[in-house]
Amino acid sequence: MSADTERAAPGDDQEWFASAKKIYPMAVHGTFRKIKWALLLLTLGVYYFLPFIRWDRGPNAPGQAVLVDLEGRRAYFFFIEIWPQEVYYITGLLIIAAITLFLMNAVAGRLWCGYLCPQTVWTDLFLFIERKVEGDRRERMALDRAPWTAEKVGKRALKHVLWLLVAWWTGGAWVLYFSDAPTLVHDLATLQAPFVAYAWIGILTATTYLLAGHMREQVCIYMCPWPRIQAALTDENALNVTYRWDRGEPRGSLKQNKALERQGLPAGDCVDCHQCFHACPTGVDIRKGAQLDCIQCGLCIDACDTVMLKVGKPTGLIAYDTDENIQRRVEGKDSVYKIVRPRTVIYAGFIALVGAIMLGALLTRDFAGISVLHDRNPIFVRLSDGSIRNGYTVRVLNKRNYERFFMLHVEGLPAETSVSAVGIERTFADRPVIDIGPDRTRELRVLVTVPAGAKLPESTDVTFRLTESVMGEVVTADDYFKAP
Amino acid sequence: MSDNHKKDVDHISGVETTGHEWDGLKELNNPLPKWWLNVFYLCILWAVGYWVIYPSWPLISGYTSGVMGYSQRADARAAYEEGIAARAEFADKIVAADLSEIESTPTLLEFAQANGAAAFGDNCAPCHGSGATGAEGFPNLQDDTWIWGGTLEDIHTTLLYGIRSGHDEARVGEMPAFGRDELLSREEITQVANFVASKTGLEPEAGADLAAGETLYADNCAACHGEDLTGMQEVGAPSLMSANYLYGKSVAAIKAQVTNPRNGVMPAWTGRLDEATIKSLAVYVHSFGGGQ
Repeated sequence: MSADTERAAPGDDQEWFASAKKIYPMAVHGTFRKIKWALLLLTLGVYYFLPFIRWDRGPNAPGQAVLVDLEGRRAYFFFIEIWPQEVYYITGLLIIAAITLFLMNAVAGRLWCGYLCPQTVWTDLFLFIERKVEGDRRERMALDRAPWTAEKVGKRALKHVLWLLVAWWTGGAWVLYFSDAPTLVHDLATLQAPFVAYAWIGILTATTYLLAGHMREQVCIYMCPWPRIQAALTDENALNVTYRWDRGEPRGSLKQNKALERQGLPAGDCVDCHQCFHACPTGVDIRKGAQLDCIQCGLCIDACDTVMLKVGKPTGLIAYDTDENIQRRVEGKDSVYKIVRPRTVIYAGFIALVGAIMLGALLTRDFAGISVLHDRNPIFVRLSDGSIRNGYTVRVLNKRNYERFFMLHVEGLPAETSVSAVGIERTFADRPVIDIGPDRTRELRVLVTVPAGAKLPESTDVTFRLTESVMGEVVTADDYFKAP
Repeated sequence: MSDNHKKDVDHISGVETTGHEWDGLKELNNPLPKWWLNVFYLCILWAVGYWVIYPSWPLISGYTSGVMGYSQRADARAAYEEGIAARAEFADKIVAADLSEIESTPTLLEFAQANGAAAFGDNCAPCHGSGATGAEGFPNLQDDTWIWGGTLEDIHTTLLYGIRSGHDEARVGEMPAFGRDELLSREEITQVANFVASKTGLEPEAGADLAAGETLYADNCAACHGEDLTGMQEVGAPSLMSANYLYGKSVAAIKAQVTNPRNGVMPAWTGRLDEATIKSLAVYVHSFGGGQ
């Protein structure tokens, strides 16, 4: 390094902050564009219309298939109903989601970023609107440079109005997941809905408009942590959107390369037409190789294939491939594709394992529950006849949609032990019978009295056993009986 | 870019460096987006707005109060008054309802339990204990041994006027000081104490004359404590058959109580606590599990 470059003055003429370069992604047609349209329709269709799907759960429960009832503290997903203490199902889902992301990365790079991430899907939709209103890349660039004529104002206004409409519907659909959708739509329209519903619609309208309309690739490049993480998860066997430089280089215009070929010199297939980065929604030149800014949406593949067909060369100059394969082809070896390898098998196995555990938990899920808390003060009470009484707070859960009756046994104590629940008159075989309304919990004070003369140790292990009266469902909780 | 400075460009990445160098390592200059900087400026503006709207800067004596006049103290006071108002609604209902009605109405019962628990901790726990289990000389309220009665009404009356409290309506009952006032001799006290012990599951002292004790009991004690030793709640004479004695259950403790009885005092709470709180306490104590 020369002396004067080392002495280059730090800074006063350097830019520390730069305005983001505006990107004008070009429209492309092809396989990946079709896949992306299909996924866009599917994911947005699910998002916008799912709350309107009905699911009959009987008379005492909401009839909405997917509902997060924050007020009633229940979450419903088709046949599944989750109580607050069962949020570990969410933990399971999150674990599965995380490992699925890892697996996607190990198989074919940033499938999530390129096809499924809401930021990508909504940006795609917003770009579609922009293209329909203002035209494709060149027209948009021209419009940006054009003076503010009535036509430009009209186009701009129309675009933003359409964007805001989509954003507003996005926020509107969001709140429908938290309340009965048809009722809420009616209340929203007649201005009777709670303030919080309007507030959330406002917040999500603002974020959707801002992130999908204005921030776009800036979200992926600067705000999202995932690009940094996924770089550590990919490996030499993972498929990624790749420029096959072994075939493309040396690049040159069609004329130049043909001339080279005629002279018997090596000439690449890349005609340096720039279509790949004109199509790129994040403004990346894929020919520079894998990079953080690339969300691997596959649109450059479509753009390149279109050109390759036009110039009469085989498609797939840009394609899902691995660095390993390029290296092998340079060395004259055949490509290998290893989807099944330890990394993917372990990820898939882990997903299957967590999925199986969750399924098992769901299938064997109790529809009743009991939790017992021994009185802390006093630990025991001696009654006038010398018998010893322990007090417990017992909470009983009925997760069915109808009223049920449970018989309460306390096991592990002498046969003459009496069990009573304060406020419960009904008994069966001297045991309290507890009635609980549909989808309710009931807290009871339970008094267990062991008659005088039973020689009990300071602490006896006992089991509280609830038996349902009709189906015989049994739930238990362990506790202690304390004596002097 | 001024021509005076040559750009220092990193050979590998093709990115200009900042010119800063540490032991041969150079920092690439990848400029942050402008909007990022603008967000930072917006945050500063936000802070300025905060200073104007909310209390923020300390002054020599006081602080800038902000245009909204917000104050956490005022918030706390409002919440406190809201609580008092919410409480008043229930308190009125508690005053209007009778005791058994409170116990059978879930919303009133819940209020009475919570209100009672708080009042118990403040007023009753010093003698009766935080778990209401009492101590020697201070009755255990958890068990089913009641000297003056364990019904809701009995407990309520005890709470209102107290025991030997000096209040006009107080419960008054006094055990005569058989030893101190020489109504019985030391020998006779031993006999009667041993008789009581023998009846209630205690081991009498060796050689005690139980027959003489029985006669003495019938003549001196049965009027209040009953021929069957089960006591009389109307005069506060405890059942001697209970497993729980207020002043200890042993022959020595019985002798001490016959010789020189302690007559404990419970204060009258009427006038000190409001009516709703006293009723709540009655319901709360009754719900411990020993109520009658």
